[in-house]
Amino acid sequence: MIPARFEYQAARDLPHAFQLLEQGGGEAKILAGGQSLIPLMKFRLAQPRALIDINRVEGLAYVKENGELRIGALTREYELERNATIRSRYPILTDTAAVIADPLVRNLATVGGNLAHADPANDHPATMLALRASVVARSAKGERVIPIDELFVDTFTTSLSAGEILTEIRIPKPAAKSGGAYLKLERKVGDFAVAGSAVYLVFDASGKVTSAGIGLTNVGSTAIRARKAEAALVGTSVDDKAIAAASQAAAAESQPSSDLRGPAEYKRDIVRVLTARALRRALARAQGGS
Amino acid sequence: MADTYPVSVTINGEKKEASVEARTLLVHFIRETLGMTGTHIGCDTTNCGACTVLLDGRPVKSCTIFAVQANGRSIRTVEGLETAQGLHPVQQGFHEEHGLQCGFCTPGMMMTSVALLESNPKPTEEEIRRAISGNLCRCTGYVNIVKAIQHASVAMREAKAEPVAAGGE
Repeated sequence: MIPARFEYQAARDLPHAFQLLEQGGGEAKILAGGQSLIPLMKFRLAQPRALIDINRVEGLAYVKENGELRIGALTREYELERNATIRSRYPILTDTAAVIADPLVRNLATVGGNLAHADPANDHPATMLALRASVVARSAKGERVIPIDELFVDTFTTSLSAGEILTEIRIPKPAAKSGGAYLKLERKVGDFAVAGSAVYLVFDASGKVTSAGIGLTNVGSTAIRARKAEAALVGTSVDDKAIAAASQAAAAESQPSSDLRGPAEYKRDIVRVLTARALRRALARAQGGS
Repeated sequence: MADTYPVSVTINGEKKEASVEARTLLVHFIRETLGMTGTHIGCDTTNCGACTVLLDGRPVKSCTIFAVQANGRSIRTVEGLETAQGLHPVQQGFHEEHGLQCGFCTPGMMMTSVALLESNPKPTEEEIRRAISGNLCRCTGYVNIVKAIQHASVAMREAKAEPVAAGGE
């Protein structure tokens, strides 16, 4: 399958990319890892007039921790997957990177692209919701920080404006006692999730939850924050009763549709099961386990 | 709009240049422009890994990257595996352990295997299965493919330990 014709522009640096975006007048797309965009172009579901390749822009691929965690948008998934800091301090991100598509795709796919593409089936959106992350959007006019709850507008639609590029993801420093996990059910390696659940728990010194983040993959038009499930956990010690209440709330908040991956009722129950399992794993990690 | 874009790559150590449309996928550039048909097109939908090549040493699906993106970069394909000394240990492994049935997935499967063994000379079976999880074999010959990679792993480590014996078993 051959995509429609387009103009190719390799950006030298970000100011050049902003200039090209401006010239593109809304018909140019940013090409990062391309692992979602190129398949869409081959099916001609996307036919951008121009592609602005940012892969040669330096300084957009990094993982830095000083206070908060900062991930450059062009960081490849395989880099995230094998990063030692991420593995020891933010294992929920290792969970996530390790189940995105397959190893070949992860060699090119980028963290920023996974978010900016805004596919509800992508895995990072749910995890970033759970972690209460924010993203940095830069443009010729400057930069702004967008809380993750304000990024996803609809399927394939974000609140980024036409001249903006998502350049960085910021994740709050983990609290002294905290833990997260991401679990996804997939029919086979490389398939999108039947459903996925990302959980992040922060505890006080007495072992009670002070804040909970729960994000759900592929059970709605965007990744979903399960607010009632989060509320059901705050103040508890994540005992069996709290886990049952929160996982049932998450299932109720999911909005799956029936498709080849299964009927909606089944997916809703998968959300319940995955959320309960992710909560147990997050709790174990908060207590020092893996 | 430019009709074509110059692309210069080093493929299996040899420099090649051509001008192609922006929409030319790397796999078509390799197969049709350069005439190297060892790299296969399987699903053409980023699922199967038959088109796997090494881009600057890492295995990628050449059906899901444009040729222009590879400009100035280094590519290795299955044609680059055999040398004057004989088959690459991975090729030898697939031969000895019958790591193929129809052979369609084999070029991609071998390129992924080469990348794995170059970064992890002694992978566990789980690591092997994980590394090839993006390469589909519809003959479901995975058991022998895993054995083939293990065979190659041993041969590559032995060859490294005794460089004089390169080419032998």
